[in-house]
Amino acid sequence: MSQRVIDILISSFPRIFGQGILVTIPLTVISFSLALVVAVICAMIQIADVKGLKQLVRFYIWIIRGTPLLVQLYLVYFGLPDLGIMLPAFPCAVAVFALNEGAYCAETVRASIEAVPKGQMEAGYCVGMSYIQIMRRIVLPQAFRTAFPPLSNSLISMIKDTSLAANITVMEMFMATQRVAGRTYEHLALYSEVALIYLLFCTVITWLQRLGERKLNAMNGGNVIRA
Amino acid sequence: MLEIEGLKKAIDGHQILRGVDLSLEKGDVLAVLGPSGGGKTTLLRCLNYLERADAGTMTFLGQRMDMPSMTRRQSAEYRRHTAFVFQSFNLFSNKTALQNVTEGLIVARKMPKAQALERAMAALERVGLADKRDAYPSQLSGGQQQRVAIARAVAGQPDVIFFDEPTSALDPELIGGVLDVIQALAEDGMTMIVVTHEVHFARNVSTHVLFMDEGVALASAPTRAFFEEQKLERIQSFFRSLDRKDGQI
Repeated sequence: MSQRVIDILISSFPRIFGQGILVTIPLTVISFSLALVVAVICAMIQIADVKGLKQLVRFYIWIIRGTPLLVQLYLVYFGLPDLGIMLPAFPCAVAVFALNEGAYCAETVRASIEAVPKGQMEAGYCVGMSYIQIMRRIVLPQAFRTAFPPLSNSLISMIKDTSLAANITVMEMFMATQRVAGRTYEHLALYSEVALIYLLFCTVITWLQRLGERKLNAMNGGNVIRA
Repeated sequence: MLEIEGLKKAIDGHQILRGVDLSLEKGDVLAVLGPSGGGKTTLLRCLNYLERADAGTMTFLGQRMDMPSMTRRQSAEYRRHTAFVFQSFNLFSNKTALQNVTEGLIVARKMPKAQALERAMAALERVGLADKRDAYPSQLSGGQQQRVAIARAVAGQPDVIFFDEPTSALDPELIGGVLDVIQALAEDGMTMIVVTHEVHFARNVSTHVLFMDEGVALASAPTRAFFEEQKLERIQSFFRSLDRKDGQI
């Protein structure tokens, strides 16, 4: 590797990594938090079988999972202004990522709630608790343990998917790299560099996941064994 | 205290209960015996509204209720007077033994925490598991889990406890400990309905026996009369078949 390439990598690193810290991570954290809220609400509506709303939720999940994320970004950022709805790029990206990931996570959360044995609910009723009390105190905490690994999966997916936001002018980590690459023509080196930074971020999440699982297991007295 | 008339229940087109009557006085221990598929468990689940009966009236503590039309609120109120012990324990797996007992007291009955803790510890002591208060269900044996479940039932100071085959999921060497606990409750005058396959237990502990077969109460009698003056061929052959299996009775 020539000295020039090394210099470019070193001088561009703070710029690229900085956009990662300043844009990619906040974009991911905000979007994913909102996605979880969307997911839990959608899952609960389906589990509780709320008439009308349930169909609406199925429809939403069907649309989101059946269309590409990139197309959704374009629709909202470039398409909605035709209807007079104009959002700045960052909130636009947050909305699309949250709604997109929310649909996938809704299925994860629903499956996890359904995996909690029916007897837990029945035992709750028999000690006099209400549906809401049992859900909040017994079923959801157990479902969360089950949902945690697949939700971590979704988070890891999302941090990489935020690179698509470059297409709608969000100056995140990937777009910052493109800028430098466009100026210096060192594509191989620079895209390798940004790939390694994504890998670093994902490694940290993987590590946090393991920590979280250990903590959740401790709260359930070792691995959850169900009668 | 508890009276049921004409209880009927069909599940997926199968008539499981074809009109069951039963009557329970305070302090009674009613053993429900009979072959598998006879409707014992469904009967018990209907009694606590885990299944909604298709027909039947219940008179409980002087109050007459039409079982199919009970509202959620009414059944919740009724359940505060009863307790249920499941075949598969159904302890809350995200709660410790102590929390399993206090949960209903604090959350459902709005009992002050200190009082709930005191009562829960007394209940755990009663089943001999005070030292396991901080253990999670996954750290307990089946027999211990079922004893915690009984503590959870007792702690609510119910008027009646329903047991659904409380020892059927246990290893043979663990059954005795659980039956001892139930027997002690009986001796303390607790009103109970126990669905069981333990004929010895029914004979020694219960005050009355109800024999369920094909959705009807084939026989209902005080325990001594049931065993010693049994004339029904169907019931005698049921006991003979048990006899062959494990030399009981």
